[in-house]
Amino acid sequence: MIPEEKKLNILDVLSAGIPVVEYPYKELAKQFNLQESELLGFIQDAITDGKIKRMGMVLNHHKLGFVANAMVVWDVPDCVVDKVGNILGKQKCVTLCYQRPRQLPEWRYNLFTMIHGKKRQEVLAHLSQIIDNNALHEYPRDVLFSVRKFKQGGARYVNE
Amino acid sequence: MIERAGSSLLQKPAVLSELEKKLINRLQHQLPITESPFQSIAEELGVSEVEVISTIRNLKQKKVITRFGPLFDITKNEGVFSLCALKVPAEQIDRVANQVNSYTQVAHNYLREHRWNMWFVLAARNSDELENIFDEIVKSTRCEGINCPKEAEYFVGLFLPV
Repeated sequence: MIPEEKKLNILDVLSAGIPVVEYPYKELAKQFNLQESELLGFIQDAITDGKIKRMGMVLNHHKLGFVANAMVVWDVPDCVVDKVGNILGKQKCVTLCYQRPRQLPEWRYNLFTMIHGKKRQEVLAHLSQIIDNNALHEYPRDVLFSVRKFKQGGARYVNE
Repeated sequence: MIERAGSSLLQKPAVLSELEKKLINRLQHQLPITESPFQSIAEELGVSEVEVISTIRNLKQKKVITRFGPLFDITKNEGVFSLCALKVPAEQIDRVANQVNSYTQVAHNYLREHRWNMWFVLAARNSDELENIFDEIVKSTRCEGINCPKEAEYFVGLFLPV
């Protein structure tokens, strides 16, 4: 059994990334005085619990040409927000769909979606198509394209 | 003189080889949890492990891959996330961006075309801590702010095929 405190420490070290070598976990396990199999078991358990979604990577999507990144926000009546949220979440080009509380009077929108594309026109065309196909014209919305990136993925899992 | 903060989104896209494209598409999904994950990936793609490792290292160096490792679900890790926005006057954007970025609890931070122009994600251990940090940011930047924690998640799955 790995003590709780050590688990947090492992997660914190993992969050900085795993080494890209033949046996990445062997190298990391040494650092924690664990067997390679214990560390692999720990990661597998964290995935089963849902604490870790998966092992993978964070991409710099701008470097891949996905520079048109729109946050599309919607004002949908509370009684249909689940229905509309599920419809929007199923669209192929929607990469994220959350409900968030309105901040009245400053901010009326309660549904947040992200659409990524290579060009603004492409993103806007996708959006019109989504609206037409699902009869979403009646809901007020706004499109916020990003223009500069100040920080990406900087927050650490454990903040001391 | 305040340094111009952040990077423009109009940077040139990286030129990618066929193997780089294949790896980027494959690695956006689950990496097998085995002693030698890169060997498994190599077998799947029909290339050598050495090629996979050197290509991933190269993509990291070119900053196409920001980080390689676990993707956390912070809500299951006794943490909270919130999307916050500030209304920042144009001439103060660099100052405020630097101030906001100086908080370790700030993850993403983007400038968007809107009255509410600075959007960032806050991560904290609990909602009290999160609200305190938000209040501190609003006070120290002297900008109006809104704090929009997540109420329901309908979909999250960023997959960008190249």
